[in-house]
Amino acid sequence: MDNKTGYKHFIEEVGNISAFTWKFFKAFFNRKQEWKEIIRQCYIIGYQSMPLVGITAFIMGLVLTVQSRPTLEEFGAVSYLPAMVALSMVREIGPVVTALICAGKIGSSIGAELGSMRVTEQIDAMEVSGTNPFRYLVVTRVTACIFMLPVLVVVADGISLYASYLGVNLKGVLTWNLYYHQVFESLSFSDILPAYIKTYFFGLAIGIIGCYKGYYSNKGTEGVGIAANSAVVVSSLVVFIMDLIAVQVADMLGYT
Amino acid sequence: MKEEAVVVTNNLIKSFGDNHVLKGFNMDLQKGENLVVLGKSGSGKSVLIKCMVGLLYPDHGSVKVFGQEVADLSVDELDELRTKIGFLFQSSALYDSMTVRENLEFPLKRHHPKLNQKEVDDLVMEALANVGLERAVDLMPSELSGGMRKRIGLARTLILKPEIMLYDEPTTGLDPVTSREISELILEVQNNYKTSSIIITHDMDCARTVANRVIILINGERYAMGTFDELMKSDDPQLKPFFAAL
Repeated sequence: MDNKTGYKHFIEEVGNISAFTWKFFKAFFNRKQEWKEIIRQCYIIGYQSMPLVGITAFIMGLVLTVQSRPTLEEFGAVSYLPAMVALSMVREIGPVVTALICAGKIGSSIGAELGSMRVTEQIDAMEVSGTNPFRYLVVTRVTACIFMLPVLVVVADGISLYASYLGVNLKGVLTWNLYYHQVFESLSFSDILPAYIKTYFFGLAIGIIGCYKGYYSNKGTEGVGIAANSAVVVSSLVVFIMDLIAVQVADMLGYT
Repeated sequence: MKEEAVVVTNNLIKSFGDNHVLKGFNMDLQKGENLVVLGKSGSGKSVLIKCMVGLLYPDHGSVKVFGQEVADLSVDELDELRTKIGFLFQSSALYDSMTVRENLEFPLKRHHPKLNQKEVDDLVMEALANVGLERAVDLMPSELSGGMRKRIGLARTLILKPEIMLYDEPTTGLDPVTSREISELILEVQNNYKTSSIIITHDMDCARTVANRVIILINGERYAMGTFDELMKSDDPQLKPFFAAL
């Protein structure tokens, strides 16, 4: 692919994803919804991702604490360890790492599932049976991503803070009450709110891109692999871009 | 019997880039008949029936189903029309994350939400009985053979009692015995459900068994039309290859 073609393809792809997102919002605010399927997708996307998100968050919290201690010790600031870890996890690492884990797990699974349904004509079969496949397959999955990602991030934050408490106690003694007090004294409304709001957008991006890549998959079985792969790559990239924008917006609004 | 066309295409043109698939195709499907469309692979047979259910839209020309221009229908009107049309895909297109029972319940519960579970179960078992596969009700699609998948696909389509059936290469990939069974099933559907059907195929045994009328599609146009025997006896060199193996 030469540069011109690649550039043209990029613009086309951005336009198509924007149109797909617009179509999603039009269907999202429609009264007819597949509630049963939305709940089933929330279970798959939310509940079934908990173990992976939980383990990752635990390791992140523990590792961040253990690795930060020597640096803080040099400055005699070990007592700031809970506050530092809490701020890092809640404001940035928790939302972004959880979103990246979900982009890998959920984005690829949605891309592969819808891609496989497309190449085996299951989406066409749904359409000719008079069922709107966009509403049944896309709206349900994207909605579940939007509502479940914030839940996963809150769970990940909680687990990582507990892991950090264990990390602090590996080389020192700190009661849970004092740790808890230090963590919440350091966190303010302006730390939690922007971090929480951006997780809804991360969920939207992961859901939309996973569904878009799968829904318009072609080239047979090769296309399914491409859909799954590009769903992960593009949604991970979009998560970082959204994070960058969120930081700028929060800064402009004074939430820093 | 008074002739009544349920599907009419007029000067149907459809291209994909430089590939001109249909170049002014005309046909009509009469109520209650089985119409077989024969043609080489890639000649636009599947494109033709996809235009009839709004999966594809023609570049020019008209496709009317029950007198309604498909391209002019709103989304809701098209969904309503589609409940009267059954489409059996070449790959059967069973929902592979659902059991056979769930596959059959899926369209039924959406279009008849007031049915209770007992009525749904009865209709599912009746549809499976019509294709001779009651025993497969709790199997997953991955546990079915090719012929069974076709039958279940047909049962899922018939459960809404369509007035028109579109078969996209119903016997492709099946052994001769199973192909014969599927062909006979198509005849049973015509008799029991009083459907009007278009059968896309290049299986001449299937065509001979099921066809009331045959259309030969060559170079995107209707090259010939008639009964199977009339076309088989033709001396036209373009038609001879189709019947050479018989």
